[in-house]
Amino acid sequence: MEEKEIQNELASIRNLMERSSKFISLSGLSGILAGIYALIGAALAYNIIYNYTTLPERGYVDNGAQATGLFFSSSYRMLEWKLIAIAFVVLVLSILTGVILSLRKAKRKGQPIWGKTSRSMLFYMATPLFTGGFLILIFIYRGHYSIVAPASLIFYGLSLVGASNFTYNDIRFLGLCDIILGLVTRLRFAILGDWFWCAAYCVWQRNVL
Amino acid sequence: MKIPFEKLDKAFENRLRLQIMSVLVANDRYDFNSLKELLETTDGNLASHLKGLEKEEYIVVHKAFLGRKPNTTYESTEKGKKAFKDHLDALEQLIKQQKTT
Repeated sequence: MEEKEIQNELASIRNLMERSSKFISLSGLSGILAGIYALIGAALAYNIIYNYTTLPERGYVDNGAQATGLFFSSSYRMLEWKLIAIAFVVLVLSILTGVILSLRKAKRKGQPIWGKTSRSMLFYMATPLFTGGFLILIFIYRGHYSIVAPASLIFYGLSLVGASNFTYNDIRFLGLCDIILGLVTRLRFAILGDWFWCAAYCVWQRNVL
Repeated sequence: MKIPFEKLDKAFENRLRLQIMSVLVANDRYDFNSLKELLETTDGNLASHLKGLEKEEYIVVHKAFLGRKPNTTYESTEKGKKAFKDHLDALEQLIKQQKTT
């Protein structure tokens, strides 16, 4: 056996071991685009909230189950729906971009987009993500608005840590940082603080990706 | 200079077998269809080499059903993992020796 031949063999083995256990077709560009959508959405939401509320009203109003919280009192109903609409548009655009760009990359890398690796990755990502999503819906329903932002960061971080076993290792550190950020954001109570964190986190996260 | 060709595992002489083994070492279990897709090979070819590896007791076969469809998964044994590692070590040795000569 020639040396070159052996080296090729070893390279192909390494490639195969990685390709068989990790979904390496996640598109980095789609992450950047999703971050840009999110920043635009955050800017819109920021504008809407600040046009709606006068200075002394700013900040979260947690009303428990009284259903007269910030979004539940009638004057804020529209605000609530507008924010939900923005979040929904951002979500749909991000998922679409992610799927389309990852499809392209998977074709280039010769990895099936719906194979064993992508299925495992999605499963371990979706479990904490949906748990957190439903928990957050319950929080919103019961009027605990101030917990929504950190909870979404924490559960997103958990889902990234779970998914990292099946894709790039960097995702694990990203997830850990999200969890820490989520825990730390609660130290700052003003809405301004949350938007600041949101922007900082988005920019930073996309840079890492 | 003596080149340790005899240390290379005969069971891994075939390229596809070595590829199968590397997938099974990197993963707990792998099913037939995913293997076929990943290695871009045919049913018959893959099945015969899996049989060969099974005969060497390098892998074990788990047969199960998903609904009515048979779902066969494969798992590498300790013996198989050791053989795979030894084979790679031998390859590495070969490269080293060729560099010094």
